[in-house]
Amino acid sequence: MDDLLSEFLTETAENLSVLDVELVRLEQNPNNPELLSNIFRLVHTIKGTCGFLGLPRLEAVAHASENVLGKFRDGTLHITPGAVSVILRSLDTIKGILAVLEATEAEPPGDDSALIALLHEVEEGKEVSASASAPLPPKAPKAAAKAPLVMRPQPDLDIDFEPVRAAKPEPEPEPEPVKAAATKREVVVAEPVAHEAPPERDSGVDPRESAPKESAVAAQTIRVNVDLLENLMTMVSELVLTRNQLLQILRSQKDSEFAAPLQRLNHVTSELQEGVMKTRMQPIGNAWAKLPRLVRDLAHELGKKIDLQMLGADTELDRQVLELIKDPLTHMVRNSADHGLEIGADRLKSGKPETGRVTLNAYHEGGHIIIEISDDGRGLDLEGIKRKAISNGLATESEITAMTDQQIQQFIMKPGFSTAAKITSVSGRGVGMDVVKTNIEKIGGTIEIKSTKGRGSTFIIKIPLTLAIVSALIVECAGERFAIPQISVVELVRAAADSEHTIERLKGTPVLRLRNRLLPLVSLQTLLKLETVEGGSDDETFIVVTQVGTYTFGIMVDRVFDTEEIVVKPVAPILRHIEMFSGNTILGDGSVIMILDPNGIASGSGNISLGESRGSEATAVQTARQDEKMALLLFMAGGGAPKAVPLSLVARLEDVDMSSIELSNGHPVVQYRGKLMPLVPIDPCFSQSGEGRQPVLVFADGDRSMGLIVDEILDIVEEKLLVQLAAERPGYMGSAIIAGKATDVLDAGFYLTQAYKDWFGSSGTEAFEEDKVHRVLLVDDSPFFRNLLTPLLSVAGYSVTTVPSAIDALGLCEAGESFDVIVSDIEMPGMTGLEFAAAVRNGSRWQDTPLVALSSHASPRDLDRGRAAGFDDYVAKFDRDALLYTLSQTLSAHKGAA
Amino acid sequence: MSNAKLPVKKGKSEEASSGGSMDFVTMTIANQLFGIPVLQVQDVLGHQRITRIPLAPPEVAGSLNLRGRIVTAIDVRLRLGLPGRQKDKPEMSIVVDLRGELYSLIVDSVGEVLSLSTDDFERNPATLDARWREVSTGIYRLNNQLMVVLDVSRLLNFANLEAA
Repeated sequence: MDDLLSEFLTETAENLSVLDVELVRLEQNPNNPELLSNIFRLVHTIKGTCGFLGLPRLEAVAHASENVLGKFRDGTLHITPGAVSVILRSLDTIKGILAVLEATEAEPPGDDSALIALLHEVEEGKEVSASASAPLPPKAPKAAAKAPLVMRPQPDLDIDFEPVRAAKPEPEPEPEPVKAAATKREVVVAEPVAHEAPPERDSGVDPRESAPKESAVAAQTIRVNVDLLENLMTMVSELVLTRNQLLQILRSQKDSEFAAPLQRLNHVTSELQEGVMKTRMQPIGNAWAKLPRLVRDLAHELGKKIDLQMLGADTELDRQVLELIKDPLTHMVRNSADHGLEIGADRLKSGKPETGRVTLNAYHEGGHIIIEISDDGRGLDLEGIKRKAISNGLATESEITAMTDQQIQQFIMKPGFSTAAKITSVSGRGVGMDVVKTNIEKIGGTIEIKSTKGRGSTFIIKIPLTLAIVSALIVECAGERFAIPQISVVELVRAAADSEHTIERLKGTPVLRLRNRLLPLVSLQTLLKLETVEGGSDDETFIVVTQVGTYTFGIMVDRVFDTEEIVVKPVAPILRHIEMFSGNTILGDGSVIMILDPNGIASGSGNISLGESRGSEATAVQTARQDEKMALLLFMAGGGAPKAVPLSLVARLEDVDMSSIELSNGHPVVQYRGKLMPLVPIDPCFSQSGEGRQPVLVFADGDRSMGLIVDEILDIVEEKLLVQLAAERPGYMGSAIIAGKATDVLDAGFYLTQAYKDWFGSSGTEAFEEDKVHRVLLVDDSPFFRNLLTPLLSVAGYSVTTVPSAIDALGLCEAGESFDVIVSDIEMPGMTGLEFAAAVRNGSRWQDTPLVALSSHASPRDLDRGRAAGFDDYVAKFDRDALLYTLSQTLSAHKGAA
Repeated sequence: MSNAKLPVKKGKSEEASSGGSMDFVTMTIANQLFGIPVLQVQDVLGHQRITRIPLAPPEVAGSLNLRGRIVTAIDVRLRLGLPGRQKDKPEMSIVVDLRGELYSLIVDSVGEVLSLSTDDFERNPATLDARWREVSTGIYRLNNQLMVVLDVSRLLNFANLEAA
């Protein structure tokens, strides 16, 4: 049977039985509006679903009943036993039809016009008054009017007797099928006066089907209290733990006679666990089912074009959680569509497609379920929120100035904030957001806002799976054992003196070279302030490569054991503030073990400190907000001030044994990974006759690499790079204050070309080498980047013009300059890259010139945003290869198109 | 006579007011006798294998597995501002339930259960160490020594401690 249909049958059967009871109660308390609206709602639901499923007969009957109930509700009709009876009768008819529906999956043919006419009469108040005022004598005229009605006065029915009758299994070949139903009526109505027997026969329903029997489909599914499932889950969790314990014991005992039964127990437990989990899981799509309709209606109402995208609808989550987030989700989608998106005309004006987009995206991440609701609308109005916050007394002006945009946006979650904001039509956002937030926090979730003015907002809901059985890696550090959820573990690396991987230190900060990348490492021992155990640490360390969002780092541990299925139990309340742990559990050997939270470790380590309220929120936000900052490698070379070079340009750090340096063609080279790597000393007076080891920065490009010999590696810092003094010597960009010291910023390009004259010219540029020189316009507010990229692009065969701002660029456009390709930064003061792109695309002379965006963050979302603004491609800053490749691709594609 | 006196006493000692007498599980820490209302005590344990919890407050000794439930162990000595226990000294634990969570209070030794008359109850002297005053509801005068009544919920209220 169709899932939809069977669900409908189950639900309707349930609703009907509730209705039976409620109607009777209503009859007894006709003035209970709550009861009445509940009944009305139930009938309305039945009617609505019937219409939806294409069941006209059911719909007609339910509709007629609903009309009567509607009048009851509005108070235009008095509730009388007679009227209630008619409604109950129509419910019986519905039941009858449902039974046939269940058996044949189709509505039985038949005519309910008599019943419907009766209902109409009740609606008009005719019958009601009659049967109510004179309940005893059966209303002959009525019955006469309705020929099919069989009158069956039963004035002295014994109520005690009736239920037995009603409960009797009905499907006897009834000579008087009406009887069963009729008697039932009396029981329900509890007013054994004369009543019309339902005209089951005439309504064309098979008498057997009409008999009130249990729906078979309804019997196949049962509703179970979630608490019961919760209990079951807890029991199963305990069972899993016990099983683990038994298996652990078994492992230490060879040839135990328990082996076979335990194996069996193991399997059964696993299956049981899976089964119980399944009972509680539902795809999130269930909660979304109503949204397309909602958005469609809203779109009509508001006169907008809205495209609703739903991704990850099959992401499963706990049913209880699902129920709880259903309303907040609906609310937020409505908000996005209503307040977030501008109307079509405004969108076109700001260079966006007319159709607004609302995207729902659900996925699992690190033991959490993430639900993102994003729109490409106008974004939150920060100024408006600030004003509101001050006028509402939520913060003082000085407090506001000290706040980050993120913190200011949080205000929309404050109770009472929303409505006020709406009255002033600031942005309208945040109606009831406090309720949404409360609901989400109730289930232990968090909600985060990312919004860019003019580009839209994204709400990220993160719901932890509090009670879940997860697979975890058991590790040891300083004699203590910890569990790391397997889901965030990418790989394990063994680092030892004799292995391929060794841990290196940059001013005490451990890093690991892993596949031509430097992987930041976190020492669990340092992080958790564990004491060193004597004799424990030999030279061997294991690195658990962990991923949190987009941030990958290594956790250093002493030993790695097995993976084990664990049940995450929350830690005691007095320990909840420790962010490093997501819970604790009991291992197979009966000992308690703490479960590490990779999110907490990521935020607790190094520079990745996040705002206090958001704790372990995605590091991606951090990188996005730190767009101005970059990681710089500081080192000493050739005396004088410390030198700095962007870390992302450095492929590896090496220690080169001075005695292994050879001379080739008059230049120092070293054999490195089976190849010759040219070495360039920064210090011009460098002599390679020295002994010992020398640190070398390796720059790599394709299969080529060169080493820059330095004296000492100092540190890696995240700094805003502001070149303050222009360089007076070749090889330097200039000087900047880094880590509180005057530092020379190295022009890496200069040294690269020293090693290979054609360093920049060889890769990816062949496609148009024979062509004329391509003119590139580089728009970037940072002198550093202009200085870095100009030589790079020049060497690659481009003619480069640079301007420090989008305004200047547009000036060039007006001045009649033309370029083959424009490379523009995104974050610039004044006009941003996106605005620039929109301006260029919007009918300027350059509207056909390819545009490449250059930005420090290049997530898929940024990419989309860039594309939407009119950029042809998007390249991450520092990604030299990608930039050159993109340029050549863009140019050739453009040429092809032209 | 004593009947006439009792209501007055009761008024004075709100927490321990359930009538003529109360039962306490007694324990000693650094030779001082302490008591916890017997109904709050779930278990008495000997030495247990405890998993340390890094970064936890110093008073939290770790956690342990009590018949499949995870119990947080609190070193009462440290909580009361006393020096830590020497490694070789024996220890015992009293397991208490606070709002559905189990806590194991590590003490030096656990004694008998005493049924004490509320007549012997007295509020904390004002001069008592602030740390003790904070976690104690009062003092019972026994024949040869004094027993400090510990209030479990206050004993486990670390937030207060950090604020202080």
